[in-house]
Amino acid sequence: MPANANSAGFPSSASPLGISFQNVEKRFGALAALRGISLQIEPGEFVALLGHNGAGKTTLLRIAALLMNPSRGSVGFISAAKDGHRDGAAHGPECKPKHAIGMVAHSTLLYDELTAAENLSLFAKLYGLGEIADRVAGALRDCGLESRAGSLVRTFSRGMRQRLAIARALLHDPSILLLDEPAAGLDRQGLVWFSAKLAALKQAGCTIVMSTHARNESLELATRAVALATGSVKQDSGTAGDPRPLLASLRAEA
Amino acid sequence: MTTVGAAGILLGKELRLEFRSRELLSATIIFALVVVVLFSFAFDPTAAESRRYGPGLLWIAFLFAGSLMLNPSFSREQTNETLDALRMAPISPFAILLGKMLANFIFMSVAELVLVPVFAVLYNISIVGIVWRLVLVLSLGTTGLVVTGTVFSAVSAQARMRELLLPLLLLPILTPLLIAAVESTASLFQEQPSLDRTRVAFLAGFDIVFLTASWLLCDYLLED
Amino acid sequence: MKGRLAYTGITAALVFFAGYAALFLAPDEATMHAVQRIFYFHVGSWNAMFCALFVVFCANVAYLLTRKQKYDALGVSGVEVAVMCCTIGLVTGPLWAKPVWGIYWTWDARLTSTFILWLLYIAYLLLRGLLEDPEKKASLSAIFGIFAFLDVPMVYLSNRLWRTQHPQPVILGGAGSGMAPMIAKVLVLCIVAMFFLMVLVFIDRYRLEQLRNECEELRFEIESRSAQVQSLPPSAAQRMSS
Repeated sequence: MPANANSAGFPSSASPLGISFQNVEKRFGALAALRGISLQIEPGEFVALLGHNGAGKTTLLRIAALLMNPSRGSVGFISAAKDGHRDGAAHGPECKPKHAIGMVAHSTLLYDELTAAENLSLFAKLYGLGEIADRVAGALRDCGLESRAGSLVRTFSRGMRQRLAIARALLHDPSILLLDEPAAGLDRQGLVWFSAKLAALKQAGCTIVMSTHARNESLELATRAVALATGSVKQDSGTAGDPRPLLASLRAEA
Repeated sequence: MTTVGAAGILLGKELRLEFRSRELLSATIIFALVVVVLFSFAFDPTAAESRRYGPGLLWIAFLFAGSLMLNPSFSREQTNETLDALRMAPISPFAILLGKMLANFIFMSVAELVLVPVFAVLYNISIVGIVWRLVLVLSLGTTGLVVTGTVFSAVSAQARMRELLLPLLLLPILTPLLIAAVESTASLFQEQPSLDRTRVAFLAGFDIVFLTASWLLCDYLLED
Repeated sequence: MKGRLAYTGITAALVFFAGYAALFLAPDEATMHAVQRIFYFHVGSWNAMFCALFVVFCANVAYLLTRKQKYDALGVSGVEVAVMCCTIGLVTGPLWAKPVWGIYWTWDARLTSTFILWLLYIAYLLLRGLLEDPEKKASLSAIFGIFAFLDVPMVYLSNRLWRTQHPQPVILGGAGSGMAPMIAKVLVLCIVAMFFLMVLVFIDRYRLEQLRNECEELRFEIESRSAQVQSLPPSAAQRMSS
């Protein structure tokens, strides 16, 4: 299997992308969710986004997912060629590489009244993917929901829904994966599967940003830790730095 | 992915969701029937009065039933925040809106297909010679209802008291449509049915203006 | 400040003079006598309302294009003023109608259209009341405002085309047809006076909205500064406060 193929055997055609936040601010009326965040996430990094509830992690991820526009500042995307060299130019704010972004959010983003297979087919079609039936079957097999392909999502347990939500986010082989507390609700088996998937994605050069406020095995894979507090970056271990001290210190707090 | 293509995919999704449960459609049809029947209890119309007030009653029943039916259009997307999933996909915002408009048009049309014959029977109005012209008027009127209703469903889904807000926003805007549609239908129900070009043009104009406005404003409508 | 004072002075003078003219200078109308004098203010309020609504439409479009809060402030001020003018019109109408026609209301084209207009813009205000997030409130009400304004000509057109079978009370004999010159002059004066008055109230309301927004901004600044101080290490915080 080629190095940057997903587990369904389809080669990943997306080139690595990084995210650049330039002085991003977000206000909701009188509430400042983000205050002047400038952060450069290089292609292929695995960033652990840490912070208490209300620190701004979800808002930052939603802005990166292009679901929300910042009140001020901008978010851009940095591309790198396949052989690992940066092309030097960060794409401007007009560039919206939606096909390359996948997100696992607080909500499942799934239709309860459709079956698992129907949900995945719908998004496969919307993302313009080919060989949909095979792809969907492969994804369901991969996350262990093959036997429930024809059941309504409404009948799934929390863990199963989370697994399907993750499968949905990965369906289109995103170059950027945004994860908002993805381990929440996953059972033991799901956590093992998820960690393995993350490791494979990291190997394939996917840029991963994962927010969490609880300890979780996937944090071992992180190459960088960024801690947010009250909407600003409090600490950042940096692209070349070691995230473990920051991760360890925060784990002790949690 | 073209806008129309994406809208088609979303239309398929809406139809699949609805025909699985069929609750929205049946509730809409029953509600419209209730309005029609209530009228006859409240007013006890003679045959001549039925002919005179029939068109108005029909369209009021459609508008009321429509305002109730259009609400879940966007509020349904709030469970599990599936609207976010649609917005993240590489499709234009207008595709999302258009898909829902098409779905709502089909649902309303199905409801009308059931209601108009029932209405004709209850009020002794013959629709035999005027079917195609009636279909034209119904389609144009329904398009206007569905276009503005879907947009306002997106608006009211983000506000409080959305079940009350949607009719409140929608019905005043639709009064020109109501007048034109009722007049057209009335002239079709007469002894010598006729279809005035001005009325049809007005209805078409209404639809085009608001469809264009929806297209121009859809980015602002769906953003967070 | 000086400009505003001058403008208020001019408006006050205009309104006073217009009122005096309408009540005392204008000749008594042949058939309706004293009650007819309401029409001087009645017509003026319609004109003022349409001007305000046009400004609202422009403000709504401007807000969506630029996202500047001042256009939202302009929009809501305009709608409130327009609703006020519309209410005046809808109330003075029946007051006049009862002694003249014997009925308070009739569903003729103009009245029906205007009543719908009133409902439309009340809906705008209700919508704003039911939205909490200021940005959402501004953009969604701008969208509704644009739809409402596009609807206005259609409301009037549809009523004019298809509501003519109802009895049409002659309102002024058609405005401007065979009016005595003095009546016409007083009418124009009153229209101008009502317009100036509308603009005055509009500007005041707009300034009120802007002041409210400024307060919110200041509150936000204070809160974010104190959050910044709190997140600093104690020595730096001490240095800042001394």
